[in-house]
Amino acid sequence: MYDLKALYEASSVQNAVELRLEHPEAQIIAGGSDVLVQMREGKRAGKELISIYGLDELRGVSLDENENIRIGSLTSFSHITRDPIIQKYINVLGQAVDMVGGPQIRNIGTIGGNTCNGVTSADSASTLHAWEAIIELTGSEGKRLLPIRDFYIKAGLVDIHPDEIQTAIIIPRASYENTYGHYIKYSMRNAMDIATLGCSANVRLSPDKKTIERARIAYGVAGPVPMRAEKAEAAANGRPVSMETVETFARTVLDDINPRDSWRASKAFRQHIAVETARRCMMESILLAGGEL
Amino acid sequence: MAQYKLIHCNINGKDVERMVDVRASLTDMLRNDYHLTSVKKGCEVGECGACNVLIDGECFNSCIYLAVWAEGKHIRTLEGLLGPNGELSDIQQAFMEETAVQCGFCTPGFIMTAVEILESGREYTREELRKLLSGHLCRCTGYENILNAVEKTMKKRLGKA
Amino acid sequence: MNRDDHSAQAGHPVGRSEVRVDAFDKVTGRTRYYEDRMPGDALYARIKHSTIAHGFVKSIDTSDAEKIPGVVKVLTCFDVPDIPFPTAGHPWSMDPDHQDVKDRLLLNRHVRYYGDDVAVVIAENEVAANQGVRALKVEYEELPFVLDVQEAMKDGAPRLHDSYPNNILRHTSIQKGDYAGAIKEPGLIRVEGWYETPTVQHCHIENHGCFAYEENGRLTVISSTQIPHIIRRVVGQALGRPWADIRIVKPYIGGGFGNKQDALYEPLCAWCCAQVGGRCVRIDCSREETFVSNRVRHAIRFHIITWLRKDGAIAARKVECFSNQGAYASHGHSIVAKAMGSFPQIYPCGNFEGDAYTVFTNRPAAGAMRGYGMPQASFADDSNIDECARALGLDPMDYRDKVIMPKGFVDGFSKNENYYDSFRMCLEKGAKAIDYRRKAAEYAKDTGPVRRGIGLAAFWYNTAVYPISLETSSNRMQLNLDGTVTMQCGETEIGQGADTAYAQMAAEVIGLRSYKDVHVVSCQDTDITPTGLGAYASRQTYVAGFYIRQTGDLLRKKILDYACEVTRQPVHNMDIAEGNIVRVPDGRVLMSLSELAMTAQYNPVHSEHITAESTYTIRNNAYSFGCTFAEVEVDIPMCRVKLVDMINVHDCGRLINPALAEAQVHGGMSMAIGYGLSEQLLFDPKTGRPLNNNLLDYKLSTFMDHPDLRAEFIQNPEPTSPFGTKALGEPPACSGAPAIRNAIYNATGIAINTIPITPHVLFAEFSRAGLIKDEWTKEEK
Repeated sequence: MYDLKALYEASSVQNAVELRLEHPEAQIIAGGSDVLVQMREGKRAGKELISIYGLDELRGVSLDENENIRIGSLTSFSHITRDPIIQKYINVLGQAVDMVGGPQIRNIGTIGGNTCNGVTSADSASTLHAWEAIIELTGSEGKRLLPIRDFYIKAGLVDIHPDEIQTAIIIPRASYENTYGHYIKYSMRNAMDIATLGCSANVRLSPDKKTIERARIAYGVAGPVPMRAEKAEAAANGRPVSMETVETFARTVLDDINPRDSWRASKAFRQHIAVETARRCMMESILLAGGEL
Repeated sequence: MAQYKLIHCNINGKDVERMVDVRASLTDMLRNDYHLTSVKKGCEVGECGACNVLIDGECFNSCIYLAVWAEGKHIRTLEGLLGPNGELSDIQQAFMEETAVQCGFCTPGFIMTAVEILESGREYTREELRKLLSGHLCRCTGYENILNAVEKTMKKRLGKA
Repeated sequence: MNRDDHSAQAGHPVGRSEVRVDAFDKVTGRTRYYEDRMPGDALYARIKHSTIAHGFVKSIDTSDAEKIPGVVKVLTCFDVPDIPFPTAGHPWSMDPDHQDVKDRLLLNRHVRYYGDDVAVVIAENEVAANQGVRALKVEYEELPFVLDVQEAMKDGAPRLHDSYPNNILRHTSIQKGDYAGAIKEPGLIRVEGWYETPTVQHCHIENHGCFAYEENGRLTVISSTQIPHIIRRVVGQALGRPWADIRIVKPYIGGGFGNKQDALYEPLCAWCCAQVGGRCVRIDCSREETFVSNRVRHAIRFHIITWLRKDGAIAARKVECFSNQGAYASHGHSIVAKAMGSFPQIYPCGNFEGDAYTVFTNRPAAGAMRGYGMPQASFADDSNIDECARALGLDPMDYRDKVIMPKGFVDGFSKNENYYDSFRMCLEKGAKAIDYRRKAAEYAKDTGPVRRGIGLAAFWYNTAVYPISLETSSNRMQLNLDGTVTMQCGETEIGQGADTAYAQMAAEVIGLRSYKDVHVVSCQDTDITPTGLGAYASRQTYVAGFYIRQTGDLLRKKILDYACEVTRQPVHNMDIAEGNIVRVPDGRVLMSLSELAMTAQYNPVHSEHITAESTYTIRNNAYSFGCTFAEVEVDIPMCRVKLVDMINVHDCGRLINPALAEAQVHGGMSMAIGYGLSEQLLFDPKTGRPLNNNLLDYKLSTFMDHPDLRAEFIQNPEPTSPFGTKALGEPPACSGAPAIRNAIYNATGIAINTIPITPHVLFAEFSRAGLIKDEWTKEEK
């Protein structure tokens, strides 16, 4: 039995926006796999909740008229992994969210919840950063689109206005076209774990597969919020497909990232793993893109 | 004041309705209101899988699922697997025969995940089955015989054993 | 493993891989654990735990909590009776010097670890109880605290208990031969190491919980425990009430592994019940509480110096053991005493010096956990032995063959004997099964970033607690009218399959058709069940074997005596076989047991309900043996170990049920994998606060962290047991961690002397050894 003060169940996105305005202190709950756990711990005990879990309109993956991929915010991890559009255009995202917790968590956990809680270890977040996802927020004034890097403000805090809910995550066509990526979740167990470090990289190669046209890489747990490693990307962009490029790229991530010491892992360990995972993610991405190393 | 809501759902094939405290988890509702005590509490935060049930064919940890979300859903618990004359399903039989049961506390959750796996009608490798079953912790069996029970039943259903 | 065991013969229920007697109920969800028996009106008691590691409670303001609707009563450490009591699940001793340490109160003003119990809120519902706990305002006087075992022994360290200077609960020594003289021998090779084992927790999936209510002026407690009869005594002691005022009921429980071989919250729950007029009160531990406020495994630090002759013989050995007891005595020194005692037995050495210390620290109290000191000892000992092999340039298997306990070895204290050269048989079987020789040669060639390795380790284990403690137990059998037998045993089913083994043994002794003709009453009720001690020390199948044999013989005698009246045949001319009374010389079936039971019960002249009950006191012990082989793949740049294969080989005597034995081994291996690679309860050095007391942050191995687990057996019948059987409950957890450690040693050449061997440990060790070179980390230093 949860110690919650009141529960408001939204009947539509519009109704959710109204409920947010009516109950400014209330916490939004999507799948609840984070919110309910915190409530049980006592952190959010005695608070009001606005449940948006029933909004089926926010579920599913589709392509819009410009072939941008639109992922409804309440789409569960397991549905993302199984979705044919995801598998065809951005399979790495399906693979990344298939590493969240275990099967039951992947059935309840939503990609919207995974990003809105502002946690650096979220398995979806590094891939969404590396693929320059756009966050769609809906409020009383209508829709607002925000690049994911701007959505994250600081640890545990994202840019959602008091009248808004997150309604979709969009992967633009320009981001996924001809692009191949790989994600490594580094964790202490092979299931039911949170990332010690998450690394997601992707590349677009030249038509002859000899040159890296565009390299992107992002991390979870390499800083307070998920982050891109832009200096590393710059060190690979336009460079020939080679192990030398991969090595330079991998070493350069240290100029970008800022992991910390905690009881979960030391800074030095996270730095070491960041380089090694960058190397392996980039190699795998190149191979997936048809390049040779 | 306590807040209640009338929740209609289908539990183990039967349409039911009951006033539910909105603070209740689905575990609370199934155990306390419907006496379905196969639904176990091992952590109450979705980390052990003992409270796992099927909701519209997918597995969920009922401890972190609000009872009010059950509105209109089809819920299945281990109690629902037994036939009308007490017949065991093939997966229950396999858990018995493969010595996949020890203390029995994780067993109901595991069997319900196995049901989801088996009802997919697909064939999986042992490694894939490990991943599909990885949302459950067990301290007694080392998982070995559980894997054997699920694999054996899968192969039987696919006519490969 | 071959399930069609060769030792099972037609008509003999023992030795068969039968389906568990409780399997049907468990696969249908019918099995009722304590919470499934909860009365609907039970009050919720929730505990306020200290948020400091050491100090005194100055005051507790209960006023806000008492105002919360639904809160019935708040009880604090200022309300409890001043009756110190022991908690360890040991048989009571009439000798005050051998009694467990009485250092507990129901709630504590002097708090000794972060999570100690200071108050209880009793409420009509769970939410109110939790709100009440959060509303309590506790004021502390903080004291310095100490977490490390050797720091705690230093002069001036914070003292936890007044009567234990330097926090030393107990210190014992072993002196054999002349260590100081022996090490003067010229040319000896010294192999020295410090070995560190972690604090881990049992993690049974059912948390401990219980509920208590008053009936006819007596208190009944239904508890998730391994030891109902012992709990009755402890609850009586803690409450200062006659022990017979207490009734303990043990329903099915969701695992125990030693944690529930201790009085946990039964005394507090019973006391709370008495404080609210005998209304039913429940205490349900959360997972977080289970990790911290129940029991943990002793973290033991070992210092070993081994002196080798060139031929590998162990000339002398010195072992120091520092056992971290945590805040309260619980099982105390018995764990490390057992650990120390193992060294000169498994690798015998004539000149041995050992010291073992059990030391209080401001950590959760350590108690019994599967293996009872042996997983710790096995890690230290078999790591050191592998280093000895390396120092001598010998293969670790060949080296063990030279020095491991020989056939005919007898331990002077327990009188245990290695009757069959079991170690060498186990090692050979394991080596063959995993293809040790070929792999050891092949993997030696690996030099790249990913390297394979293979390793092994061995252990022995006692069966039951004789001669240290009383080893006694009782059971009762009744012949039913349908010719089946209902049996009650003092020894408890906790998930391991004990009831099934009992049924098989009873059917064998009495002469029934099948184990299905024995109905084992699984639930122990101290008002009804004959007295027993419970599930611990891997004793139950061994111990039950004695009393099932004895009571079975009594029942048989009564049956045959009555049969003599009915059939006019002399008793010595009859037998019971396949559920019938048989005339021995011609094998004729005279009558079925059912006919006999009906005749006996409804005989108007001599009516008899045939039952038998007896107590057996055992004055034997038995060595159980085994080993583990592990194969790993080490990804050096990723600091990651993949366990590729693992085999345990056990000589636990004759198997009563091979399939259950195999399953038991799997579970122990799994626990050993976590012990070796991932599990460790961590504490904040600044506050003593536990950091990872949940199943997400405490890394219990999951379905994806195991290879297929393999169990093999050598079935040398144990001569002291009526069924040729001996310990298997705990042994599977003992040798896995050092086997994994030695496989990593074999793969990388790095001797890692700390478990769990996590990626963090590998990163540090590989960096130190130059296997990974990160210039940037050096720059920062």
